[in-house]
Amino acid sequence: MTLEMIIPLLAAAIVAGTPILYATLGEILTEKSGVLNLGVEGIMIVGSLTGFLVAYSSGSPWLAFAAAGLAGGITASLHGLVCLIFQGNQVVSGLALTILGTGFANYFGTSYVGLSAPGFQPYPIPWLADLPILGPILFQHDPLVYLTYLIPPCMWLFLNNSRYGLGIRAVGEYPEAATAAGLSVAVHRWWGIMGGGFLMGLGGAYLSLAYTHLWTNNLTAGRGWIAVALVIFAFWRPGRAVFGAYLFGGIMALQMRLQASGTQLPSSLLLMLPYGLTVVVLVLSSLGRGRTGEPAALGVNIEPAD
Amino acid sequence: MRVVTIISVLLLSMVMAAHAAAEKELQVGFVYVSPIGDAGYSYAHDKGRQAVEGMDGVKTSYVESVKEGPDSERVILNMARKGYDLIFATSFGYMDPMLKVARQFPKTVFMHCAGFKKADNMGNYFGRMYQARYLSGMVAGAMSKSNILGYVAAFPIPEVIRGINAFTLGAQAVNPEVSVRVVWTKTWYDPATEKEAAKSLLDVGADVIAQHQDSPGPQEAAQEKGVYSIGYNSDMSGFAPKAHLTAAIWNWGPYYSEIVRQVQDGSWKAEAAWRGMDAGIVELAPFGPMVPKQLQDQVRAKQEEIVSGAFHVFSGPIKDQQGAVKIPAGSMATDQEMLGMTWFVQGVVGTTE
Repeated sequence: MTLEMIIPLLAAAIVAGTPILYATLGEILTEKSGVLNLGVEGIMIVGSLTGFLVAYSSGSPWLAFAAAGLAGGITASLHGLVCLIFQGNQVVSGLALTILGTGFANYFGTSYVGLSAPGFQPYPIPWLADLPILGPILFQHDPLVYLTYLIPPCMWLFLNNSRYGLGIRAVGEYPEAATAAGLSVAVHRWWGIMGGGFLMGLGGAYLSLAYTHLWTNNLTAGRGWIAVALVIFAFWRPGRAVFGAYLFGGIMALQMRLQASGTQLPSSLLLMLPYGLTVVVLVLSSLGRGRTGEPAALGVNIEPAD
Repeated sequence: MRVVTIISVLLLSMVMAAHAAAEKELQVGFVYVSPIGDAGYSYAHDKGRQAVEGMDGVKTSYVESVKEGPDSERVILNMARKGYDLIFATSFGYMDPMLKVARQFPKTVFMHCAGFKKADNMGNYFGRMYQARYLSGMVAGAMSKSNILGYVAAFPIPEVIRGINAFTLGAQAVNPEVSVRVVWTKTWYDPATEKEAAKSLLDVGADVIAQHQDSPGPQEAAQEKGVYSIGYNSDMSGFAPKAHLTAAIWNWGPYYSEIVRQVQDGSWKAEAAWRGMDAGIVELAPFGPMVPKQLQDQVRAKQEEIVSGAFHVFSGPIKDQQGAVKIPAGSMATDQEMLGMTWFVQGVVGTTE
């Protein structure tokens, strides 16, 4: 492989990894507060449809992007309703949310299939885009990609240095102790769920506003599930999530480029790569149990104190 | 007196019967695999339905986004129970469910698209899309400067492989230097994946992108890169006006109207129909303004030869990728050979696995 092939490959890896990265960061935030949300796929598709519809009717991509985040947060709040208010099973509620979100998007989106809406176009950052090698890889994308360069460090700072971020982690690790310290478990978990849903909605919107400018049923095509697996791969750390998302994006982009370059490997084998990698990643990270950073109270509902 | 009464009663009943026959509308149902707004495969079938809807004494309805398998059986059964006279199921995976329902409703006429099973009251039909693919290949081959054409393809099944081969033969006919690179996506409709596949082809130097996919994702990729594209299913120029050279498209209207007429006058018989450009089922979309007049004429002339039967797309000598002669000089592929095609012609870069 020459440099002329590697640079576009890495650039494509970043673009393909971006929607997964948004969703993975959202799931990390939610799980850090002790709530497992398996509804990522459903929340993403609702965000994706909302983004498309708002862009289609208003013509403003940024408004559409924000609306998609809000729609993601609202969808995720259903999960909060079930798990925090009614103490329902988190796994079942998340799965139900995926089914609900997919059905919702199919129902309201079907009449918009095949239409195209204004979205984000690549915007090379002046000066930085002209850097050799790094420029084309990192700085010739659309603004939504640049946003994902900023979110992980902000999230890291938030979770490790801010009072509220530490509170979210506390209710995810040891809710009883957090309650004793005067923190409200429910309030912090609500923020974890809604904030996480917001980011997942943005990830969905990336698909309908930047990656393509089209709407179709099942646009997310399983990316939400990859995000769930990536959280474990990332050991619940935003920095590692970046690495994981780009690795997956890279594998997706690589298998297509291998095909295009005329390899004799069967395409079924190449298309299996991202999913095979998911399995390997889950096995490897379960070997390192104990120091993975998994929140101790993940998936455990806490009865509100009387 | 009695004779007059009998005659008048007879006359009256005949008039009433004729009137009742005119009242009785032919109910025609359509089952689609994807939404009709997709500018793709189901959209093309629905255009055919609209042509039928315009006929006298015919009422149509459709169900879109019906999953292949058990779901489709429910939909088809429901139509048959409601007394539909004629039902079109337009995707390969509806074959066995439709056959099952057809056995239960011997008076209803069933038509299945893209399959190979038949019953007394169930026929199957498809179009020779490879003929339009050949012509679109001529356009792509002539317009390419890098001599690399990219082809984003869904699944390695004979229907798709046949299309790629025909496209390649067409391109080679006007540009012997040309090669066609294939990327399989294993999806029929996933704009994100299909666009990514097109981008990977652009990265290896392809300057015309063709597709056997139902989404316009590859068209978008070509337009953004400033190169050309060939559409499929329906005229996709709306998605990429600067890139879209032409498209290999379906035109089901004439065929559907003919079947409805046959059912109306009772001449319908179950058969396996594989019609081509001569029947108008497959066509070429209008050329984009960037296609030179001379090339347009050349392609139109070849189209005439295909329609008249003077030219056959898969006529020998045709070699496979390894250079072995698959179709010897002087002979041409039989329908059976074309329907079971699992090898690429020389000039295709990629694998059928």
